[in-house]
Amino acid sequence: MPITDQEIRELEEKAWQLRHDIIDVTVYAGGAHIGGGLSMADLLTILYFRHLKVDPSNPEWEDRDRLIVSKGHGGVGIAPVLACKGYFEFETLKTFNQFKSPFGMHLDCRKVRGVDASTGSLGHGLSMSVGLALGARTLKKSWMTYCILGDGECNEGSVWEAAMAASHFKITNLVTIVDRNKLMIDGRTEQIMGLEPFADKWRAFGFIVREVNGHDFRELDQAIEASKQEKNAPSVIIAHTVKGKGVDYMENNVKWHYGSMDSVLADKAKASVDRMYGKA
Amino acid sequence: MTEVTGTTWTVYDANAMTQAEIYGHVLCELGAQYPEIVGLTADLAKSTKIGIFGDKFPDRFFNVGIAEQNLFGVAAGMAKAGFLPFVSTMAAFASMRACEQVRTDICYQNLNCKIIATHGGISFGTAGSTHNGQEDVAIMRSFPNMTVIVPADGIETANAVRACVKHPGPVYIRVGRGFEPTYYKDENYGFQIGKAHQIADGTDLTIICCGVTVLQAAEAARVLKEEDGLSIRVLNMHTIKPLDTEAVMKAVVDTRRIITLEDHNIIGGLGTAVADVIAASGKGCAFEKVGIPDEFSLVGYPEDLYNHYKLDANGIIDKVRAVMGRDFEADEDWEDEV
Repeated sequence: MPITDQEIRELEEKAWQLRHDIIDVTVYAGGAHIGGGLSMADLLTILYFRHLKVDPSNPEWEDRDRLIVSKGHGGVGIAPVLACKGYFEFETLKTFNQFKSPFGMHLDCRKVRGVDASTGSLGHGLSMSVGLALGARTLKKSWMTYCILGDGECNEGSVWEAAMAASHFKITNLVTIVDRNKLMIDGRTEQIMGLEPFADKWRAFGFIVREVNGHDFRELDQAIEASKQEKNAPSVIIAHTVKGKGVDYMENNVKWHYGSMDSVLADKAKASVDRMYGKA
Repeated sequence: MTEVTGTTWTVYDANAMTQAEIYGHVLCELGAQYPEIVGLTADLAKSTKIGIFGDKFPDRFFNVGIAEQNLFGVAAGMAKAGFLPFVSTMAAFASMRACEQVRTDICYQNLNCKIIATHGGISFGTAGSTHNGQEDVAIMRSFPNMTVIVPADGIETANAVRACVKHPGPVYIRVGRGFEPTYYKDENYGFQIGKAHQIADGTDLTIICCGVTVLQAAEAARVLKEEDGLSIRVLNMHTIKPLDTEAVMKAVVDTRRIITLEDHNIIGGLGTAVADVIAASGKGCAFEKVGIPDEFSLVGYPEDLYNHYKLDANGIIDKVRAVMGRDFEADEDWEDEV
């Protein structure tokens, strides 16, 4: 079923809330990878509130869909979406980064309910996702695996080892989404280590490539639905995003890969988010 | 014929099979018993003998090509999907090329993955240092949650592979490359992960050894008894982690002279693990680590290399005689303390 306008409005509401929560968590944590958290906020929103079959009351449910966020520094985005989904109370995120907190910069799946894999070191998630998908297929299970990659992460050779394997093993029960925000710590991806022609690289590895605006729920939904139906080759969605999306002073600004905010900056950030959603 | 006589499977001739071949056959039998076992390798199905499992269970066998990082990542994913992955490649590649995947994907997430690494130490001596795994034990034992086992021979390999199925969490079992004569005659000697097997008792000196050195140590102890009248205890310390600290301390107290033997860099392996225990105890004893000195190994056939590095019986005899002549600080109060 194509996504309706009403459903898009509901997702927008969730994404607005998630962006507020990401800002709050950045303040609680004393600093976070907020730029990349905001760039994938819409990806997380559509996955958790439209596509992922999960049960927050039973996080280990065998037949759930799996999501591996390979860009593990996006913990500041994942933790609040899991709270919103009901895996734990949002209040617990106030301990973020504090001594003995279950929540650190890179989420630990053995400590945080709902996290399917501990990631952080880049270039690991796609291999684990291929393993999960191969596992599901071998078990003849219908659950899906989703993997979110960072674009800078695709400098890692291991991503392409995994891509080669996904293609060789004809893994079609896996949807890979690249958060193509075009920035990495030291600068623009094309300046530090060029990825283009990025889509062609994936095609050359045997993938069906769909390029979408990663902040447009209709485009994202169509691409995810089509990828789920693909039965001949693995799928990747290159989601063109804006790092820091929603906060005017962070957008496309390499300085906001990681940052801290006081209450003044946080209020300015929330006001900017509100303006984007027409709530100001 | 020396036989591997598991209760449910065919008899293997351990005098005609390498450790790796026995592993391959044992894994096959385990595969029939445990449907959750899957096998993974990176273009070394033949060399590591996991291909024996692959031939029998093609639907549960995955060869990812020459891509070890992906190998361990995929294994981690399959463990998360509920399988029990056995992953095989050479020790050098498991411990170094895929070091971070083993540490972060498997150990950090405490996944039930069993790594059976072949070509350990300098057992592939002619290949040279690119293919030697003389640092693997040091690397693997530094990872939390990891169990590290270096079986003495093919028979003990069979025991270790069987035992690791029931041992939760990541396990690293390191075997050699080629054919080596066995020390053990059969499997029924009470192999237990984490528990040293004393193969000879003695009061003058203890040899703590693992892997290919066990047979050599047993032979050295026999010769030293005949020629020097020495009473040598020999401990097969097949599990490097968790180390049987009780057996180490008993050796310190009973014999006060210890030599460790391993086909591994003398930094970070069995010798270091034993030294840590002795140092922390505050007890003095004469102590010598024998292994590959901190250098990249010479090229050669393993028997020549083991001779060169004093890891064969003759070399061990020389080392024991040297340590027997060494002083250590006596402490007359020991009896009261232990």
